[in-house]
Amino acid sequence: MFKAQYKLQGRLITEEATVDVHNSTVQINNSTLHLELVKWDAPVSGTVYGTLLNYKETLAALGDSVNESPYKAPPKAPILYIKPANTVIGYGTAIPLPASIELLEIGATLGIVIGQTATNVKKEDALDYVVGYTIANDVTVPHESLFRPAVKHRARDGFCPIGPWVLEKVAITNPDNLSLRVYINGELVQENTTSNLIRGVSELISDVTEFMTLYAGDVLLVGVPENPPLARAGDKIRIEIDHVGFLENVIVPEHEILSGGDVQ
Amino acid sequence: MKRARVSFAGAIHEAIEKNDMIQLTDGRIVKEDEVVWLPPVQPRTVFALGLNYADHASELEFKAPTEPLLFLKGPNTFVGHRAESRRPVDATYMHYECELGVVIGKTARNVKRQDAYDYIAGYTVANDYAIRDYLENYYRPNLRVKNRDTCTPIGPWLVDAHDIADPMNLPLRTFVNGKRIQQGSTKDMIFDIPFLIEYLSEFMTLQKNDIILTGTPKGLADVKIGDEVITEIEGVGRLVNTIVGDDVFQRRS
Repeated sequence: MFKAQYKLQGRLITEEATVDVHNSTVQINNSTLHLELVKWDAPVSGTVYGTLLNYKETLAALGDSVNESPYKAPPKAPILYIKPANTVIGYGTAIPLPASIELLEIGATLGIVIGQTATNVKKEDALDYVVGYTIANDVTVPHESLFRPAVKHRARDGFCPIGPWVLEKVAITNPDNLSLRVYINGELVQENTTSNLIRGVSELISDVTEFMTLYAGDVLLVGVPENPPLARAGDKIRIEIDHVGFLENVIVPEHEILSGGDVQ
Repeated sequence: MKRARVSFAGAIHEAIEKNDMIQLTDGRIVKEDEVVWLPPVQPRTVFALGLNYADHASELEFKAPTEPLLFLKGPNTFVGHRAESRRPVDATYMHYECELGVVIGKTARNVKRQDAYDYIAGYTVANDYAIRDYLENYYRPNLRVKNRDTCTPIGPWLVDAHDIADPMNLPLRTFVNGKRIQQGSTKDMIFDIPFLIEYLSEFMTLQKNDIILTGTPKGLADVKIGDEVITEIEGVGRLVNTIVGDDVFQRRS
């Protein structure tokens, strides 16, 4: 049993509860509830940063092209992008499928939630700046070229489900050894582990804060594994990360979503 | 009206320009050097345009883009008027970029270009510094170049949209230590303001106080520690910034 921060739909404040990740339950108001019965809002409100090419096989898949035009060299520092505020939704809220698009890429990722202002942090101190961990679905419109920032692909409304909660840091013995799985409509379509990260959690925090400050409440997504699954309208996406929990959202055509879209 | 956010006498205030002075919402009138200037709106989602002036694109040996080259900036990078920006010790080429900032006034989704100006609250000036040493060709310009702490001064003012007769015809100038080294006009943007609002709002929702930094004309040059850099847009504002070194931040490489 560990503590987690969470936010309920219809409430302004963030609250704290005891959760049982193994049994997928949460204690709210002296009741033990299965997490699927709760109306979650996204549990974070800071800036969300994604990390590109941080799984070994995503970089390996580029092969020699990293030395060719337009890339000309392998990446050196962390390559980040921003998932702006319009992208963030909670557990259970529908992911809008834009009218002109058929397939979305599912980006299963661990989210590091920052607990205090972090500037130029040493690797050995990095976890002092973490308050906990969450799960994110870094949805994108599939795109091959990584040369230019993919704002039009990654920054669409509802393209960053996060939740269900922020699990306290002490619940995770080693964030660089967490298995994750993606299910679409109940079928297992992807498995990987954060032990395949190029930069693990501490190194990533250190290398990012060398050039930019992270603030309390910001979320640093560690990266998306190779071969991200594709999903279409009506698909139910479930991302599980061992010891953290699971995140479920359904993809719904945007024209069917009204006022934020709780249509599950 | 020209609006600002300032820190004065232990609190953060909204303020307006009054006879070359600053009037806080509580009535106090103070001088511009008595306040600490903050970004005129609190940045949330901020877009910036690369290569949005044809002359600048050719200066960097890029063909003018056929679709906007867009990137996003985080809140860490913004500072107000009269702030300091850090040049790291290993940088060999840090350049300013004088840019018109468009501040969104209300929620915008699927806005057509003929309606775009209805969604603008006002305009400001930004200096979108880049440190070219850190450029990498993945999601270029990468955040290590464009999202560094203190490296996007913005302000001094948010000027109400109806006070700017034609935002697509404003002279821009940059001065380093008093010498003019960059000049251009917003009329030379490749993708103009109505286009950008239509383009962005077609695929995402824009919110009040989101900002679009619309790119810079040609005339780049390296700036050094101690330089005073002024980016100016006629009728919008004159944004002063000073370059400082790692020592100020107790940074060692």
